[in-house]
Amino acid sequence: MYTRKFKSLLTASIAVAILGSVTLLSCNSGGSGTGTGKADSTSNGDENTVMGAGSTFDNPLFSKMFSEYNKLNGLKVNYQSIGSGGGILQLTNKTVDFGASDAPLNGKQDSGMTAPAVHIPVTAGAVVISYNLPEVKDTLKLTPEILAEIFLGKITKWNDAKIAKANAGIKLPATGIIVAHRSDGSGTTNIFTTYLGKVNEEWNTKVGKGSSVNWPVGLGGKGNEGVAGSIKQTPGAIGYVELAYAIQNNMAYAKMQNKAGNFITPSIASVTAAANITIPADTKVSLTNTEAADGYPISGLSWVLLYKEQKYNNRTLDKTTKIVKLVWWMTHEGQQFSAALNYAPLSPAAVTAGETILKSITYDGKPILQ
Amino acid sequence: MSTKIKYRIGKSGVFQGLTIAFAFACVIPLIAILLYIIKAGATKINWHFLTNVPKPVGESGGGIANALLGSMLIILLASIIAIPIGILCGIFLSENKKSKLAYWSRLCVDVLQGIPSIVIGIVAYFWLVKPFGGFSAISGSIALAIMMLPIVIRSTEETLKLLPDSLREAGYALGLPFHRVILKVIVPCGVSGILSGVMLSVARIAGETAPLLFTAFGNPYLSTDMRKPMQSLPLLIFNYATSPYNDWHDLAWGASMILLVWVLLLNIFTKLITRKWKVQL
Amino acid sequence: MNTSSLDNTLITRNEDALRVISLTEAAAVPKATKREKHTYRQIGSERNFRRTLTAIGAAMIALVLGIFITLIIESIPSIKSLGIGYLWGKTWDPVRDIYGAYPFLIGTLLTSFLALFISIPFSFAVAIFLGEYYPTGWLPNLLKNTVELIAAVPSVIYGFWGLAVLVPIVRSFENKIGIEPAGIGIFTSSLILAVMIIPYAASLGRSMIQMVPSNLKEAAYSLGATRWEVIRSVSLPYVKSGLFAGVLLSLGRALGETMAVTMVIGNTSLIPKNIFAPGNTMASVIANEFTEADHPVYLSALIELGLVLFLVTFVINLIGKKVIQRYTNE
Repeated sequence: MYTRKFKSLLTASIAVAILGSVTLLSCNSGGSGTGTGKADSTSNGDENTVMGAGSTFDNPLFSKMFSEYNKLNGLKVNYQSIGSGGGILQLTNKTVDFGASDAPLNGKQDSGMTAPAVHIPVTAGAVVISYNLPEVKDTLKLTPEILAEIFLGKITKWNDAKIAKANAGIKLPATGIIVAHRSDGSGTTNIFTTYLGKVNEEWNTKVGKGSSVNWPVGLGGKGNEGVAGSIKQTPGAIGYVELAYAIQNNMAYAKMQNKAGNFITPSIASVTAAANITIPADTKVSLTNTEAADGYPISGLSWVLLYKEQKYNNRTLDKTTKIVKLVWWMTHEGQQFSAALNYAPLSPAAVTAGETILKSITYDGKPILQ
Repeated sequence: MSTKIKYRIGKSGVFQGLTIAFAFACVIPLIAILLYIIKAGATKINWHFLTNVPKPVGESGGGIANALLGSMLIILLASIIAIPIGILCGIFLSENKKSKLAYWSRLCVDVLQGIPSIVIGIVAYFWLVKPFGGFSAISGSIALAIMMLPIVIRSTEETLKLLPDSLREAGYALGLPFHRVILKVIVPCGVSGILSGVMLSVARIAGETAPLLFTAFGNPYLSTDMRKPMQSLPLLIFNYATSPYNDWHDLAWGASMILLVWVLLLNIFTKLITRKWKVQL
Repeated sequence: MNTSSLDNTLITRNEDALRVISLTEAAAVPKATKREKHTYRQIGSERNFRRTLTAIGAAMIALVLGIFITLIIESIPSIKSLGIGYLWGKTWDPVRDIYGAYPFLIGTLLTSFLALFISIPFSFAVAIFLGEYYPTGWLPNLLKNTVELIAAVPSVIYGFWGLAVLVPIVRSFENKIGIEPAGIGIFTSSLILAVMIIPYAASLGRSMIQMVPSNLKEAAYSLGATRWEVIRSVSLPYVKSGLFAGVLLSLGRALGETMAVTMVIGNTSLIPKNIFAPGNTMASVIANEFTEADHPVYLSALIELGLVLFLVTFVINLIGKKVIQRYTNE
């Protein structure tokens, strides 16, 4: 008796589970695929709220910009720093109005989207090489070759001949090098590995570039905190963090040799200089290993991602206009807040490229900005 | 002979000492954590901190009112969902010790407990966020409710199992129907155990970030609409503690301390209740 | 389950039929008195209550199966492209789309069992102290509440504390024994985990030990046994299945723990060489890389990790059940 009852109940619950999850999951693909979804799919019925998600790197700057914009226009922008990949995913699923990413969409991500998306550069940042050598008072100089070999695990002592050669006059200790890197997928890692891939062939073939890579050596720390903790606490450690993080936390960081052969201290000015190059029409350009003579080589742009055609999920013209105007403001008036937070303001070339793209955004086929 | 006895007594004493030492050593990390958090967080907390929303970087001041309110609402809804279901399921498991359905149900509860919170978050995202086209506090609450369930169920089951059968039989002998025996006799007798399970579960979900990341999502403004994204304390700590700016670190430390104190008070409050009702097992 | 008057006289607690009166019988009674109506209502709600309970029990199975199916559906892309080799693939390289879960399986098992190993003396000490030596009094009460509080501290706070306080201590220890003084690694995360899982085994163990019938212990005392001998030969054997269940509960928690571990384990996808080396657990990989997983196979490889974790906990729980069953049957 019991077994039969049990069996029927078990069958029932299995059936419920299968049916339930299949329905939910199938309506996932159906809903987002056609873009018609249910009623109001942009999660915010209320016209005065804009939802954004993505890059953690942009978050402090965006919070400042959106708070100022709220004072001006009363528009509430809810931006959540869930990571660039997450931002792209949410934009693909159309659960947010805009995404923000430290890396441009690659082919795979582009093909995942149901409609073309555009990139508008909003700010630029730098990745600095920070180290912990209590004995060394002067600023270290690093060449691309040294950096790549340290992160490949080929240079393992601080008094290695190559480092000594680049830093003549500095007495280097014989301590071992402990490499620290970000463990969580991040735009910072993407910029850093892209740079190493460009300057070092072995890195390019062995490790490659990406938000998360298979590190040959080193300790992974979660977030800026994790890496900074490892660097600060471990004598002999070297790692990479965002410029703002290094400045705010008084960490020592190295001068990097750029493509022109100059040793450049990372700063807002040298990052803006790095960004002052010819920007292609789609703005998908990497600033790493910049041609600019006084530009810091490990820097990168950060983008806001929008669908080119803004009419989807029952969005009104009024709302989409607000979104496009917001991004316009961010690339113009909004730039004044960058420097105070250690972000590099956009170069004029980048702003112009962004303007052209914003003007090309349409609602029902008609451009939103005239 | 007497040396043998002395040896045995000595051995007993040594083990008693060791047990006491080990038992109290457990407390050291907790005290260290408390001191550490209080040192970092206490100076940041004031009335302004509790009643304002966060300011952007570069502006001092600002508070965590949105996260406090959001956390409370999300946890409240999660508790409303999880506690009745959890207790009923615990009753089911304790009343049907031998049935096959209960065996599998119990196994599922154990498995549920082992699923990492981020996986629950992913599943909740695919179930509740993607099909309905947007993030919402409700989806966060449901994700947290799923996390609460195993703790509530297990503690209810374990507590009720310990109650003597005679209690139940006395109820039946008086002609009480099954549900009244359970609800009026068994559950009140085990209420302290059940409550401690509920408390444990609330405390556990109060600090969970991962399930909320893709469900409740966060919100820089004060919001009470459960159908919209909502901020919560762990999300705020997670976002601000990893940022480079000191203003935000201060917010994160203050919030950490409030989260800890909240959990602490929850514990003490529950202890007081169970003591007052004198329902110690 | 047709009822006859004979069934009603059967007093078996687990039988549904206990006091169910068939409808026809009830209808045959001409005017039901108020009292009788009340009784019928009670019987009706009793049946509903039982049904609700069963439904909720079944709902738990449905919930877990639902999660399981969702995980499977979402990991299909990676199962398709990687196959079963995923499990023992030794490389995890998102850039080249090579995903192997082996290093994380090792990392997870290593951290969890090491943590269990470290925490058992402490949690059993608490259980014995509170259950046997000093069951009442303000100090034991304080200890009991404090230990329970350990479970309440959010794991992200453990992580930050571990990074700031525990890591330097481990580093200086590593310096002394002459290995690379990284500080973070599998050993450190096991320490943090050990602290976090103490309360689970301790509280269950305590309530179990308190349940040991005092006449058993008194008998042992009257034979001249010392305190320790009573604990070792009477109390502990009596509650061993309970203690074991507590340990399993701890293990379940340790396997799935995410944030605290992620912050101190040193996250590397290489297979750990020793217990001080950095490593990665399945949960920590998901936490680290999920937000930036930017193409379908990568994302579903991470979800498949979740699926593997799910299955591992399932198997461990199944084993635990069997062991407990055998103990309780003895």
